[in-house]
Amino acid sequence: MRRVAGILAPLLLLTIVAFVVVGAEGSWSFVLPFRGRRLAALVLVGFAIAVSTVIFQTITENRILTPSILGFDALFVLIQTVLVFEIGSSALGRIPPVAQFLGEIVVMVVLSTLLFRWLFGGARRSIHLLVLVGIVLGVFFRSISAFLQRLIDPNEFTVLQDRLFASFNAVEPDLLLISAIILVVTSVVLWRMRHDLDVLTLGRDLSTMLGADHRHLVLRLLIVVSVLVSVSTALVGPITFFGLLVASLTYQITGTHRHAANLPVAVALAVIALVGGQTVLEHVFGLATVLSVIIEFIGGIVFILLVTRGTRR
Amino acid sequence: MTRSVTAAPPGRPAALTTQPRRRAALPLAVTGVLLLAVLSLFVGVSDVTPLSLLQVGADSQTRQIFLLSRLPRTISIVLAGAAMAICGLVMQMLVRNRFVEPSTIGTTEAAGLGLLTVTILAPGLPLIGKMLVAAMFALVSTLVFVRILRSLPLRSIVIVPLVGLMLSGIIASISTYVAFDHDLLQTLSAWMTGDFSGVIAGRYELLWIVAALTTAIYVAGDRFTVAGLGEQFTTNLGLNYRRTVAIGLFLVSIVTAVVVVVVGALPFLGLIVPNIVSLAMGDNLRKSLPWVAVVGAAFVLVCDIAGRIIRFPYEIPIGVVVGVVGAGLFLVLLLRKSARVG
Amino acid sequence: MIDIVGVTKTYGSVVVVDDVDLRIPAGGITSIIGANGAGKSTLISMVSRLLTAERGTITVDGHDVAATKSDELARRLAILRQENHLAARLTVRDLVAFGRYPHSRGRLTTLDRAQIEQAIDYLDLDALTDRYLDELSGGQRQRAFVAMVLCQNTDYVLLDEPLNNLDMSHAVEMMRILRRAADELGKTIVMVVHDINFASTYSDHIVAMKDGRVLHQGPPADVIEPGPLREIFGIDVAVHVIDGHRIGVYYS
Repeated sequence: MRRVAGILAPLLLLTIVAFVVVGAEGSWSFVLPFRGRRLAALVLVGFAIAVSTVIFQTITENRILTPSILGFDALFVLIQTVLVFEIGSSALGRIPPVAQFLGEIVVMVVLSTLLFRWLFGGARRSIHLLVLVGIVLGVFFRSISAFLQRLIDPNEFTVLQDRLFASFNAVEPDLLLISAIILVVTSVVLWRMRHDLDVLTLGRDLSTMLGADHRHLVLRLLIVVSVLVSVSTALVGPITFFGLLVASLTYQITGTHRHAANLPVAVALAVIALVGGQTVLEHVFGLATVLSVIIEFIGGIVFILLVTRGTRR
Repeated sequence: MTRSVTAAPPGRPAALTTQPRRRAALPLAVTGVLLLAVLSLFVGVSDVTPLSLLQVGADSQTRQIFLLSRLPRTISIVLAGAAMAICGLVMQMLVRNRFVEPSTIGTTEAAGLGLLTVTILAPGLPLIGKMLVAAMFALVSTLVFVRILRSLPLRSIVIVPLVGLMLSGIIASISTYVAFDHDLLQTLSAWMTGDFSGVIAGRYELLWIVAALTTAIYVAGDRFTVAGLGEQFTTNLGLNYRRTVAIGLFLVSIVTAVVVVVVGALPFLGLIVPNIVSLAMGDNLRKSLPWVAVVGAAFVLVCDIAGRIIRFPYEIPIGVVVGVVGAGLFLVLLLRKSARVG
Repeated sequence: MIDIVGVTKTYGSVVVVDDVDLRIPAGGITSIIGANGAGKSTLISMVSRLLTAERGTITVDGHDVAATKSDELARRLAILRQENHLAARLTVRDLVAFGRYPHSRGRLTTLDRAQIEQAIDYLDLDALTDRYLDELSGGQRQRAFVAMVLCQNTDYVLLDEPLNNLDMSHAVEMMRILRRAADELGKTIVMVVHDINFASTYSDHIVAMKDGRVLHQGPPADVIEPGPLREIFGIDVAVHVIDGHRIGVYYS
């Protein structure tokens, strides 16, 4: 574990420095705030996706399902769309963005908890069925969003598009700040729960018999996951396979179930991948915004491998 | 699937009891579709009514609209709807899985990628040439999918569409990348969303190819039914399994490509319709094919009319409407199936 | 002492455990036998609060299972069910260490570590501690889970078919370990067993269930008898005394 940290920590630092420094022209007083904001967005998103995925896989006792594969981020986009649709962009403009965001998170927590209960509450379903249902749910949510977006006035649609397709380049500082605060709070909460998280990897029966309050733990963690998904989706929109990639790689590297190791490693990997990937794409290939596309491509292939290998056992 | 095996060949006494009702039902359904088609002809922004068509002369504007826009549109809806539903059914037979159709295994996405490629490399190519390239891409991707399936040691009913959706996602990300690079993202998204509003005379005739191929599928229906029972069974009956599967995939790929080129993707259509029909009457292609065609056409007609009415005078693309309804129904099918399994 | 009073459990319209009154004494091994679907597993799952009883109360040393806090109970009673599929890859030592969770909440003390080593030693797993569970044979994995349960250091240990999937030699080995744990460590062991001869040879007390009710109970001499066995399983069982053990012969 120490060896892993010894490699990841310098690598992380290096990527971040490279992102800020490479190809910087002009005065630092301009470059720093600009790049700093983008860096912050990348770090926050990497953190949120990594942590939410690892936790989600722990509470669902599997290593294929992730919140995005289950359609959670599509759900968040749908919530945003419905909000614009119901309230209208002009009225929405009068609500401060932070209050808006918090409101969306609350709705998200409620709906995703219901969704989770529905999928995991009753009879035990096969993991592959759940994945399939999740993917189709994602398509379903996206279709409804698309449908509503067509119903919206073209002007309102532009507003919505701005909100939905926020890129790393143009994230509102307010949103960054509130996201950062949320992530710090969740980190503290999760760090204190790290041993409970470990026990949850044993599943419902064993963790209950060891005295863990399985129901409440899962509920609490699910809320954390919903909040994290909201944060990452609000900042950059849905990236389906990133979490899966990061989590799979993490388990390979750490070889343990301990969240005290897995969570930090996952975060480090996610940030390195996002920040490093963005730097390389921008300065080596001259491509600015296709990182998520490349992630989807690699992620899809890894996913097929995971699923086919999983059935071989 | 076993139900289809027991279905008696035509003329056997066992089939007689159900035959009269069926015989009456199909024409009835066809009449229903015709009525829907007529309705579809007269829904739209311009005021075209049967009366106004009869009243004025041959060169009137109403008549023009009717012939240039309305009629082609309705024809293409019926053709595309029926064809995509049938493609889904054939696909399901050949892969032996209820939850596949061109849009859940990457065929549709690949056709889109082909169209994108040819648009970038040879923009001057006539539509039929573009269609052929798209069909080739679709075929290759379908073959890749079948290849992956062969290497799957365990073919659970849900893992097959799962792998297909992933493959489809991978192809989509390649398309997005290429489109982004050439500033064609909007064009791509227009292709991948089925939309009949652009269908006018001169731009839809390719769909008649689809009608021809669909007839071919109908003629070869028995072979696909047999192939659906598996390789050993097929060989046992003296049929070349691999060739039958190859022909089937070839037909499906071309039909999908044509539909994508002319109207865009109609997601889940090929999944929903055959499943519903199969619930009612089993899987003998000869018997169920006409029904699948009729229900498919009706489904798209209804969705299209709905898309035109909901936000009148604006239009919601059919792909969006079909996406919502189709994904919803797919979920119901999935969870209902699983509930039965336990 | 485990006290079960008027406990009932239904799944849909099927009554699985039907108004059961049962007192399981402290100390020794109690085996629960009976045909499939007799309600054995459901009963011990309720005792260990993995399932909740619809009616009736269950107390363990005077603590009501439904009302006692889960972690409090985890220090008194451990249960191992038949199938334990884990999504995470754990080493044997990781798994055994989880047995200390009710006591230390994951922050292992020196005492905890000593207990872990002791449990590993007790189940003879020393050579396997750093192996992953999915690399072990069925018998070895079963031993690892039992080591975890012993490491939990509870007075009561409940086991649901611990001999499932074990071959003859591993089954005998498992029963010897459990017997030792009862005798040397003073544990109260309650287990569901299918093999009546294992139950007869190793138990102090046998409870026989049928159709959700307790049909017979008592020392092996009372239950492993042709009359009661016929009632319990519906087949004729000849009982012979071999080397001081009552052995049922039911193969013909």
